[in-house]
Amino acid sequence: MINSTVAEISAALAAGDISSVEITQAYLDRIATLNGELNAFITVCEDSALKQAKAADEARANGNESPLLGIPLAHKDIFCTKDILTTCGSRMLHNFVSPYNATVVERFNDAGTVLLGKTNMDEFAMGSSNETSFFGDVKNPWNTEYVPGGSSGGSAAAVAADMCAMATGTDTGGSIRQPAAFCGITGMKPSYGRVSRWGMIAFASSLDQAGPLAKSAEDAALMLNVMSGLDKKDSTSIDRPAEDFTASLNQPLKGVRIGVPKQHFATGLSIEVEQAVRDALAEYEKLGAVIKEVDLTNSHLSVSAYYVVAPAEASANLSRFDGVRYGYRCEDPVDLEDMYKRTRSEGFGEEVKRRIMIGTYALSAGFYDAYYRKAQQIRRLIKDDFDRAFTDVDVIIGPTSPHTAFKLGSKSDPVSMYLEDIYTIAVNLAGLPAASIPVGMANGLPMGMQIIGKYFDEAKILNVAHQFQQHTDWHKQKATAIVAASGES
Amino acid sequence: MEWETVIGLEVHVSLSTKSKLFSGSSTEFGAQPNTQASIFDCALPGTLPVFNEEALRMAVRFGVAIGAEIGKRSVFDRKNYFYPDLPKGYQVTQLDFPTVGKGALSITLADGSEKVIGITRAHIEENAGKSLHEEFSGMTGIDLNRAGEPLLEIVSEPEITCAEEAVAYLKKLHTIIRYLDISDAIMAQGSMRCDVNVSIRPRGETELGTRAEIKNINSFRFVEKAIHSEVARQREILEDGGRIIQETRRYNADKDETTSMRSKEVANDYRYFPEPDLLPVVIDDEYIAAVRAQLPELPDAREARFIEEYSLSNYDAGVLVSSRELAEYYEIVARASGDSKLAANWVSQDLLGMLNKNNWEIAESPIQAERLATLIIRIKDNTISGKIAKTVFETMINDDSGVDAIIESKGLKQVTDSGEIEALVLEVIEKNPAQVQQYKDGKEQVIGFLVGQCMQLSKGKANPAQVNELLREKML
Repeated sequence: MINSTVAEISAALAAGDISSVEITQAYLDRIATLNGELNAFITVCEDSALKQAKAADEARANGNESPLLGIPLAHKDIFCTKDILTTCGSRMLHNFVSPYNATVVERFNDAGTVLLGKTNMDEFAMGSSNETSFFGDVKNPWNTEYVPGGSSGGSAAAVAADMCAMATGTDTGGSIRQPAAFCGITGMKPSYGRVSRWGMIAFASSLDQAGPLAKSAEDAALMLNVMSGLDKKDSTSIDRPAEDFTASLNQPLKGVRIGVPKQHFATGLSIEVEQAVRDALAEYEKLGAVIKEVDLTNSHLSVSAYYVVAPAEASANLSRFDGVRYGYRCEDPVDLEDMYKRTRSEGFGEEVKRRIMIGTYALSAGFYDAYYRKAQQIRRLIKDDFDRAFTDVDVIIGPTSPHTAFKLGSKSDPVSMYLEDIYTIAVNLAGLPAASIPVGMANGLPMGMQIIGKYFDEAKILNVAHQFQQHTDWHKQKATAIVAASGES
Repeated sequence: MEWETVIGLEVHVSLSTKSKLFSGSSTEFGAQPNTQASIFDCALPGTLPVFNEEALRMAVRFGVAIGAEIGKRSVFDRKNYFYPDLPKGYQVTQLDFPTVGKGALSITLADGSEKVIGITRAHIEENAGKSLHEEFSGMTGIDLNRAGEPLLEIVSEPEITCAEEAVAYLKKLHTIIRYLDISDAIMAQGSMRCDVNVSIRPRGETELGTRAEIKNINSFRFVEKAIHSEVARQREILEDGGRIIQETRRYNADKDETTSMRSKEVANDYRYFPEPDLLPVVIDDEYIAAVRAQLPELPDAREARFIEEYSLSNYDAGVLVSSRELAEYYEIVARASGDSKLAANWVSQDLLGMLNKNNWEIAESPIQAERLATLIIRIKDNTISGKIAKTVFETMINDDSGVDAIIESKGLKQVTDSGEIEALVLEVIEKNPAQVQQYKDGKEQVIGFLVGQCMQLSKGKANPAQVNELLREKML
């Protein structure tokens, strides 16, 4: 049952075929078996999970029919969870027990889900390989010599390895979609403002967005139903009528216009990924969709603009980690300046410090216009490109990442790591929703396809993704290496 | 050489919203340290700001009152610097798009003339917490109760030319803010603070001299003294052929001098950028019109009306409108007593004298406006004389009974019975034959002495006009 989708587990729970306590215990056992190898979880909440599961079973007995009632999930360790360690993958917060719940956590609690634990991640969500975590690398369940992607690598690995039924993640420049692609699962970054950021530790406020990592588009829709909606505690959350994202999953794709950006099929894209996405497009044509080329003229500027805007915001967002009120503080500071310097030098890892430095530089007097202001102008151009493209098409499809997962430790140059997110970053800059779904296998590793939608048109993306999954089974492929290694059938 | 002084003022006013600028924490003054600090105020990871619209309304109210341009789209920015009482490591303020733009304030100079001082802008920002260095040996305590309280920073044009103008400007600002009910503006409590930018230049020169900024002055008197001492310091340097350094200085009241603060702070690069956690605040003409419609009568308008409606002198009207509470108090007394001039005298002299002597605010006055009005009515209807009224007034400070009850219980009621007065008059005539003779010989002014004797005999209760009349009649 642990390898089932949320929709399937939900049905089994409703039918009484299994209890939440049973399925929760099964996942806890799976975590116990695999986490030593994969390092997907930073914290496992065994006792509270079983209590929540028991409560869910009781609620069900009392007539509660919430679709996610009793479903075990994992939260990325970027979400504040009351009375549970919340580290953000950093030494800076290695001892931080949050006194409050993030809105996303609160909403899943209200839906009756069971929290199995908190997943590993790149430190402060800064990374594309999950190698920057203070708590160690996460391994790709398909091949433990490879990275799971990042920054939501723990969540992606946990879902792919059936250590949970579903997981939350966050995506600032591709941090849900790229690990989803590398781990062969479905992940979605919703429109900016769709999901509350309250309680989600900020990396780059104008880009960060929480979203689902799941085993199918349908599961992602079920999760999004719970996660999304206005939150008065987040001034950037958008007030839109509640939607049931599962409602339009089964709409036929006849006449749906799919845009293919030529810039996403240019130099740098591996042959295997290109072929897999082109095959998927052929499949869509069979389903009645119309394929059109679209021009995202300025997409080559997106990585540069992103690496100004995101570090700039991060440099301010991470100023609160100063050793004064919570988290890491250096030993025996001699004075205030010493405390600041050593706390932050020792508490943050290299990548985080690098980005704070970049951001501080970009915002400095005399450089602001050349960097930050310019980057914001580019951001506008990128958004205009999408707006233009979307007058002609309903969704835009391309590769999520130029290639499959790479080997742990193989990318030591920061810039080559930054280029990992070349197809995903523009979407964050434009505030649009996008999903990554499994689209094929190469050399024993999964590949992902990105589906970008219009602002607040997650329903269309999920519909397009679900229809593909109805006619293909890439999303049903399992990380066989791990299954074999753990001795399960 | 003749020098002229150029002064610009930056005034921080704590807006009296019930909760903080971006969190629901209370803003009440004087609570135990850190009892009014929410998870947002402590800058816990993941917390986000939610703008308190009340602060916007107050800022717009101020802007409308000084005839300023109102920013229909105000944008918040982050001002980055590290300090333990700044929990987020940045202060949220408004840099390029403040809520209040250019406006002006008219002040009255010592010679009675008016001068208009331009206001550059007024922006909304959050306060920092407090670092407590004294109570903890070798350590610093942080109190975040104040962190995130809303401030309005009001920046004047460099159009103030002397310390006295600066004080007149500050007092006028204070009065308007109190009229608008947007802040307590109590300098001693820090709800109004002032930074003074001072420079001097040779008279006639059009370029501004290099300025020094004197930070955080907390009384009108110190503003005046700090400017005097800073101007003297700068003049001395320049006359010695020296150069003024642009820097931040602190006023030391004990030594009456300004001293340099660490110049490090001046060199800070605050790396401002738009606050991504907050959307721009957009308002329309309708919003501004609604705020304007709710403006109270402002001091200048009220002064003009008092002169017109109550026939007051410019001076009396100026004194009475100097605070909203005083003006409201006066108006109740004037209306209820039916004698606006007598009311003006009693309020501006006796009442203010009593309040100043005891260091009381109007709200703390033991004599409420209605009671004072009754006292004036009793003078007018001859129940008591003006002199006895002073005694009654003194009694009223410690006795909250009604005016009539006090007059009754102390037997202070004026004697108007002609029989009683006749008896007094006859007694005085009999006891003072010499003076009576002088009067009869034509020495008119002796009548004053004789009236005085009668009043003394009656313990001040006799109606002096009646006494006067009867004395003359009896001495014919």
